[in-house]
Amino acid sequence: MSEITPDLVRHLAGLSRILVTDEEVERFTEQLSLIVDSVAKVNEALEGLDVPATSHPIPMANVYRDDVVEPSLTQAEALSGAPDSGDGRFRVAAILDEE
Amino acid sequence: MSELIRKNASELVELLGKGEISSVELTQAHLDRSMAVDHDVHSYLHQDASTALSAAADIDRRRAAGEKLHLLAGLPIAVKDNLTTTDAPTTSGSKILEGWVPPYDATVVKRIRAAGLPILGKTNLDEFAMGSSTEFSAFGPSRNPWDLTRIPGGSGGGSSSVVASFQAPVAIGSDTGGSIRFPASVTGTVGNKPTYGAVSRYGLIALASSLDQVGPVSRNVLDSALIQDLIAGHDPHDSTSLPESLGSMADAARKLDVKGMRIGVIKELMGEGFQPGVMNRFKESVNLLQQAGAEIVEVSCPNFEYAIAAYYLILPAEASSNLAKFDSVRFGLRVAPEGNPTIERVMAATREAGFGPEVKRRIILGTYALSSGSYEHFYGAALKVRTLIQRDFAAAFEKADVLISPTAPTTAFKIGEKLEDPLAMYLNDIATIPANLAGIPGMSVPNGLADEDGLPVGIQLLAPAREDARLYQVGAALEKMHEDIWGKRMIDFAPELEVRG
Repeated sequence: MSEITPDLVRHLAGLSRILVTDEEVERFTEQLSLIVDSVAKVNEALEGLDVPATSHPIPMANVYRDDVVEPSLTQAEALSGAPDSGDGRFRVAAILDEE
Repeated sequence: MSELIRKNASELVELLGKGEISSVELTQAHLDRSMAVDHDVHSYLHQDASTALSAAADIDRRRAAGEKLHLLAGLPIAVKDNLTTTDAPTTSGSKILEGWVPPYDATVVKRIRAAGLPILGKTNLDEFAMGSSTEFSAFGPSRNPWDLTRIPGGSGGGSSSVVASFQAPVAIGSDTGGSIRFPASVTGTVGNKPTYGAVSRYGLIALASSLDQVGPVSRNVLDSALIQDLIAGHDPHDSTSLPESLGSMADAARKLDVKGMRIGVIKELMGEGFQPGVMNRFKESVNLLQQAGAEIVEVSCPNFEYAIAAYYLILPAEASSNLAKFDSVRFGLRVAPEGNPTIERVMAATREAGFGPEVKRRIILGTYALSSGSYEHFYGAALKVRTLIQRDFAAAFEKADVLISPTAPTTAFKIGEKLEDPLAMYLNDIATIPANLAGIPGMSVPNGLADEDGLPVGIQLLAPAREDARLYQVGAALEKMHEDIWGKRMIDFAPELEVRG
């Protein structure tokens, strides 16, 4: 059985920067428990085997392009989708808590 | 319905080239069709007639002036809404990007524009391409033109239904675990996931970067080949883009010959869990290929049993990282909680309001798979299984030039049927996921109708990396055999849709 508990779901949602309601915690705990039990099966395939990992399907190394200056987004274009901006910058809420 | 919109793209470009039809006329016919049927089918998230028509008029003018144009110039196309477009909103099916107009075009979109194909609109998808049905689109599901109570597949159900309902001759999709091929299978259309790196991912809103690949959707194998030839090629903006050309897919699709080819039937992708009608059509096609001179061999891929498990660790892990960019700062939604919140609380409130349930599930799962303590047991193990699956393919391709299987275990299911059961939903991709894990190309070709429900069935073709041409060769040959037997194209079996005035 998996170790997915409501507290763990809350903790993981916090790490993922997603607020979750109590109802979501309950539903995700149940669904993620089933999913995690099911995907843990990957370890059965590896029993008694020493296999290297593959993180990328088509191996490529040292991909470079010529260091040529090309047109890029203007400042206005880069800011065009921002919910809030000012003085040519992205504007955000306070970074630090008061305490 | 205008007879024009039923034609294959290869015929349409010939008519355009000879000046027998104009791009404006052709584009307008498709826009009219959308007015008549998209209220029910809901393939599009966004359409702008004037932009499409002005691109069409520009091509007509240039053709009239005697300019040398691209082979496909003037052919209208639909684009999945996870590819960026500077003249249309790009939402990836998510509330978090509602109304966002990107400041740059995806490389694929640039190539489409440069060749003079008017873009008809942006097609629906499961939110951030996470799903098999479009039911996870924040803007409502698309419907299967063969039966409007059923799903059109996903995530690219907008692109499959748009070509199956004759609202576009061709479309662009993206495939991370089957999002081009599963929709093609359940809508009686063709879809190809090219070799990883064959088509640029620049401007594709990333789901899982080591699995995502952009590809064509159409009603005919040659039409997909023409589109793949248009969009493929090296792009310095994508470091995973293959530097070499894979050759002409259209040439391969015109060979119509499978004599002497070794075709491998994958033992593990048939039988239990596969609908009888799916298996019956599959066996018939195996016979057809054999009669046409192919050598049929059986191959075994024992580790495919673990493919879904590996996929649902690798994908969420990569997605949880890719989707961190939706942080309420640079683009998209911002939701501010009461009081004087810090940026972290703004992010959490924004992502709560902006992401749907499947996206939240997968981000949380991916965060878990990557967290210290579970990393080796989950994500690390999944990467090793990926190696085993590549080895299975390598062994199978020693014995066969092309592998075949049903594209999906079932025909289209009812809307709502699997919505609350993620594991059941994930099983739709049992046959398509291995290709993404190994980076190899995979195509779904229409394979007739299932006896028990009369709905479309697909056959999947797989080839080694960079050998996409083999899929087009075998796919087009099989399609020709089917059409000779049926006396018409697969799509011509589809029922007429009710048309609104």
